[in-house]
Amino acid sequence: MIDILKAIAAKIDEEKDYLTELDNEIADGDHGVNMAKGFDAVVAKLDAMAGKDIGSILKTTGMTLVSTVGGSAGPLYGTAFMKAGAKLAGKNEMDGKDLVEAMEAAIGGIQMRGKATTGEKTMLDALCPAFDALKEGIEAGEDLKDALTKAVKAAEDGVEYTKTIKATKGRASYIGDRSIGHQDPGATSAFYMLETLLANI
Amino acid sequence: MKKLINEVVNVEEEMILGLVKSAPDKLRKLDCGTVVVRANKKEGKVALVSGGGSGHEPAHGGYVGEGMLDGAVAGAVFTSPTPDQIYEAIKAVATDKGVLCIVKNYTGDIMNFEMAIDMAKDEGIKADYVVVNDDVAVKDSLYTTGRRGVAGTVLVHKIAGALAEKGASLEEVKAVAEKVIANVRTMGMAITACTMPAAGKPGFELADNEMEIGIGIHGEPGTSREALKPANAIAEELLNKITDDIDFVGKEVAVIVNGMGGTPLMELYIVNNFVHDYLDKKGIKIYDTMVGNYMTSIEMAGFSITLLRLDDELKSLYNAKADTPALKR
Repeated sequence: MIDILKAIAAKIDEEKDYLTELDNEIADGDHGVNMAKGFDAVVAKLDAMAGKDIGSILKTTGMTLVSTVGGSAGPLYGTAFMKAGAKLAGKNEMDGKDLVEAMEAAIGGIQMRGKATTGEKTMLDALCPAFDALKEGIEAGEDLKDALTKAVKAAEDGVEYTKTIKATKGRASYIGDRSIGHQDPGATSAFYMLETLLANI
Repeated sequence: MKKLINEVVNVEEEMILGLVKSAPDKLRKLDCGTVVVRANKKEGKVALVSGGGSGHEPAHGGYVGEGMLDGAVAGAVFTSPTPDQIYEAIKAVATDKGVLCIVKNYTGDIMNFEMAIDMAKDEGIKADYVVVNDDVAVKDSLYTTGRRGVAGTVLVHKIAGALAEKGASLEEVKAVAEKVIANVRTMGMAITACTMPAAGKPGFELADNEMEIGIGIHGEPGTSREALKPANAIAEELLNKITDDIDFVGKEVAVIVNGMGGTPLMELYIVNNFVHDYLDKKGIKIYDTMVGNYMTSIEMAGFSITLLRLDDELKSLYNAKADTPALKR
C-alpha cells in the first residue's frame, strides 16, 4: 500500500501543472498545486508507517490530505481515504471484495461531505462508474486486475463525460454554461489515482 | 509584485502575530497555527468561531473580542483553513453552552468547518454553524453553489456576538444569526484586481477605463465588465440590485460602505454621500452607517455596499457593546 501511495504521489506531482491548468479554466486554478502539496506531506509520513495495517496507512493518508490540501479537494479526498481506511482496518492484504467495500465507503464519504451526485461535473463522475464496473467484475468472479482494468476504463470515460456537462457544484458552478467543454480537474485526479492503483497491484 | 512582506510563506503567520501584538490584552494566538482567540476566555456563553482564507483583514481575527467573536481561524491567502485548525479553535473557546461557527458560503469553507464540527462533536462539544450568503451578485439557484458570503458577515458577527455575550442559548444565538442572514444583502465592485502573494501576479486584468461589477472578495470575476463611470452611477447600480432583491422600503437599515483594501476613505465617503441620498429618496431610513475597510480583498481598489434590515431586536443587539481591534461600539 505504501508503494501504491508513493506512486500516486509521483503521478499527481507529474500532472500537477496539467491539473492546475484544467482548474484554471473553470475555477480558481489551485487543484494541481494543492494536491501535490498534500501528497508530498503524505509521502513524508509513509516510511514511518512501514509494517502498519492498510487501514492505518489510509487513515493517516486521509488525515494528512485534510490538514494540508485545503480548499474542497482536501476534505473530499481526505474523507475518502479515511473512510476507506476504516473499512480496511487491521488488514495487511486487500482482495477484490475488500477493494469494493473500501471504494464504496470512500465514495459514500465524498457524497456525504460534498453533497454531490453524478452528473454535476465532479470527481464522482469518474469514481462512480469505476466503482460500478469494479463491483460487477468482482461479483462475476473476475480477478482483481481484470475488474480494476474495466474500472479504470470506466473512470476514463467518466472524465471524458465531464467535458459534456455543466458544473452545478463547487466554484465552477459560478460560470454555469461556460463550464461545458472543459474537463473536470477533480474527475481527472481521481482517474489518475485509479490508473496508478491498477499499474501497481 | 510589490508588497510590504518578508517571505511569502510567512505572510499569514506574521500577520496574525502582528495582529495579536496590537491588542495583547485582548487577543491570544494558539501555538498550533494561525488561530486567534480572546486573551481571557469567557465561560457561560456560547462561543462564536469564524474564519476563512487570509486576505480579508480585518476579517476575521480583528473581530475577536467582547461582544463579537471568541475565536477566528485564518487559512492561507484566499484558501479555506483546514479542519484541524478550525477544530483547535473550537476546542480552545468551547464552553458548556456550545460553539456556533459563522461560515461564509464557499464550498471549501463549508466542508472544512463541517469536518471540524464533526470532530468537535466526537469530543462531546456542542457545536453548530450558520452559512452567510449575502452577495446578490451571484445567482442563488439549484444550479450553483449559491450566493457568496461577503461583508454582511461582519454584521452577523456583531449581532450574534451581542446575543451570545448576554448568555443566550446556542439555539437562540443561531436563530438570531439566521435572522441577520435573511435580512442582509451586499454587492461589490472593483476598479483594480488584487495580487495573491503566492501567485505574484494579479488574478485578472482591468484596463484603465474598465471596472468589474459584482466582484467577489477573492478576486474572482464578477457578473459583468463595464466601462468605468462616476462613483454615484456605480453606487446606484449596486443599490438597485440590492434593493430589488428584498424589500427595504419603509424599513430601518444599517449600512456598510466597505472598502476592498485599496480604496481611499475619500472615495468611500463620496460613495456614502450618494448612498444616503439614494436611500432617503427611496424611503429607506438609515439607522447607522459604517464606512471603512471591514471585509477586504488584499489591495483591491473597489467597494461594496451592505444593507441590513433592522427590527427592535436587531437594533438593540447592533448597539450593544463591542470591544474588538476592528470594531468598537
